[in-house]
Amino acid sequence: MTLTGPVRADIPAGETVGETGLAIATSGLSKRFRGGQLAVDDIDLAVPPGSVYGFLGPNGSGKTTTIRMLLGLVHPTGGTFRLLGTDLRAGLEPVLPRVGALVEGPAFYPFLSGRQNLARCDAADRTADLATARTRIDHALDQVGLLAAADKRYRAYSLGMKQRLGIAAGLLRPRDLMILDEPTNGLDPQGTREIRSLIKQIAADGTTVFVSSHLLAEVEQICSHAGVMSTGRLVFQGTMAQLRSRGEPRILIRTAAPAKAAGVLSGLGLGPVELADASVSAPLGAHAPEQINADLVQAGVPVAGLETVRPSLEDLFVELTGEGFDVNG
Amino acid sequence: MSTASAPAGAQTIVRQAPASPVRHWLRLFRSELRIVFLRPRNLALLGVLSVAPVFLGVVLRINTPPPGAGGPSGAGEFIGQVADNGVFLSLLAIFVLMTLVLPLSIAVVSGDSIAGEAGLGTLRTLLTVPAGRIRLLVTKYLMIVVFSVVACVLVAGLGLLMGAMLFPIGPVTLLSGDTVSLADGLGRLALIVGYVAIALAALGALGIALSTFTQHAIAVMAAVLVIVMISEILDAVSQVAVIHPYLPTHFWLSFDALLRIPVAWSQVLHGITSFGVYTVIFGAVAWIRMRRANVTC
Repeated sequence: MTLTGPVRADIPAGETVGETGLAIATSGLSKRFRGGQLAVDDIDLAVPPGSVYGFLGPNGSGKTTTIRMLLGLVHPTGGTFRLLGTDLRAGLEPVLPRVGALVEGPAFYPFLSGRQNLARCDAADRTADLATARTRIDHALDQVGLLAAADKRYRAYSLGMKQRLGIAAGLLRPRDLMILDEPTNGLDPQGTREIRSLIKQIAADGTTVFVSSHLLAEVEQICSHAGVMSTGRLVFQGTMAQLRSRGEPRILIRTAAPAKAAGVLSGLGLGPVELADASVSAPLGAHAPEQINADLVQAGVPVAGLETVRPSLEDLFVELTGEGFDVNG
Repeated sequence: MSTASAPAGAQTIVRQAPASPVRHWLRLFRSELRIVFLRPRNLALLGVLSVAPVFLGVVLRINTPPPGAGGPSGAGEFIGQVADNGVFLSLLAIFVLMTLVLPLSIAVVSGDSIAGEAGLGTLRTLLTVPAGRIRLLVTKYLMIVVFSVVACVLVAGLGLLMGAMLFPIGPVTLLSGDTVSLADGLGRLALIVGYVAIALAALGALGIALSTFTQHAIAVMAAVLVIVMISEILDAVSQVAVIHPYLPTHFWLSFDALLRIPVAWSQVLHGITSFGVYTVIFGAVAWIRMRRANVTC
């Protein structure tokens, strides 16, 4: 598996963000912070409507800066983008009411209760329906399972409750797009499950969900699409199936005579062959596993087991983004 | 999410007609006031502001200075008058608190305004709602103005109340020696409260402008207080008299012009102009900064 340069799966190179019908479309989006650090480098996101898009990347790869640009918190230094097909020349503010967001963890007033905090968010929304505020707030609390703790002070909430309140703020009104930045950061497995089922529920209602994470398992379980960031660049974008299929399948043979088996594989033109104590493996290429098996048996190799293995998502991820710190060291 | 069943694109149907922007703004403003006036720290500040007139009243009642005592100007002018007329306790309280506690409370509230939200992270929550950057800034500044008025009215009101309880109240002898009716005197007190509130609101503009540059509210508070102190020190150094009229604090205590006959209106107008210019300058700084800033906290 060789990877050279960024992969742009869905937007043909050179096309600017036009009438794409995408929930999020960026074209050459870049951010260079004062001081010269290029946090986001020329990325072309294409988030299809109705998808659950996992925005992956190690910490510091530019995910949060991208999300901040999409929400108008940070001004891009290059490129353009569209949210929900809306022309942003008039600014982001007309479209943001259709976008629910949780950016870099929940942020609320510790001395206010959960309900008061949501009321504060709703009060800031100049397009909110005043007549239904109370019921909308209670409904949002109910959806994230915080109705019982609605009058507790935010300060007394557990981390999971805080994250859920952050999502509830995004649910104060019907949204076409939810942007969730690391919604399970710091949560225990129980809390992670809760958030995951919440995201599934939101997506089931037709809302496009754009969720950033550095946790692969999470993305694997809930996402239909993925984009992978590495040091500010989008190194992969596509469906989860496309991401998985990037990994070249290998043939793995368990045998008491690995050297002999390796010889057979080399003879078939497979390589490079990796030799271990009681097994041997090689990239499968276009060969049929059953044919390899037959050849092995014919050559008198005692085959104890034979399987085709795909690299795990984690292997792919590491392959795409680099090892980060030296994990072998 | 029961109502969000349609996919993107078909959603415009569920969006209600926009209600009056004024009603929405009032809702945000009320929310803002609730945040400021429910915050324990701000309540403590208002507590300190209310204790001061009570304390001054009690001390002066126990240890009454002889009529006409005290220095020729400044706090002394008022101390000497308190025993004769309780109205002066109100003026004395304003005068004394203007040296530190009133500017401090404005420094705290204005420092909190943007930097405090940024520090808590709630700024990003509000901006993604979206509250509107400039709409939020204007709301925050009006909240600071309201806080200035509340602080001044609280000090003056409690001063007047304690003055009425502890000392005689009647026709007011002004600093120029003329005596006016109690109603006239209270009218002048009201003008002074307004004048001081405007002075504090101008300081609030400085605070909110600094507040857009950092996420550390405490840094803004400290900076505002340092600026106040430097200004007051320079104002006391006669060698730099040429810059005195341009100092932000120079006209803070010029309200004594309202306690004379005839009123030195030019002095009052100079003060109001100075406060206005400072408000415009720092308002513009805050506006530009708020429009452009990258919110990364």
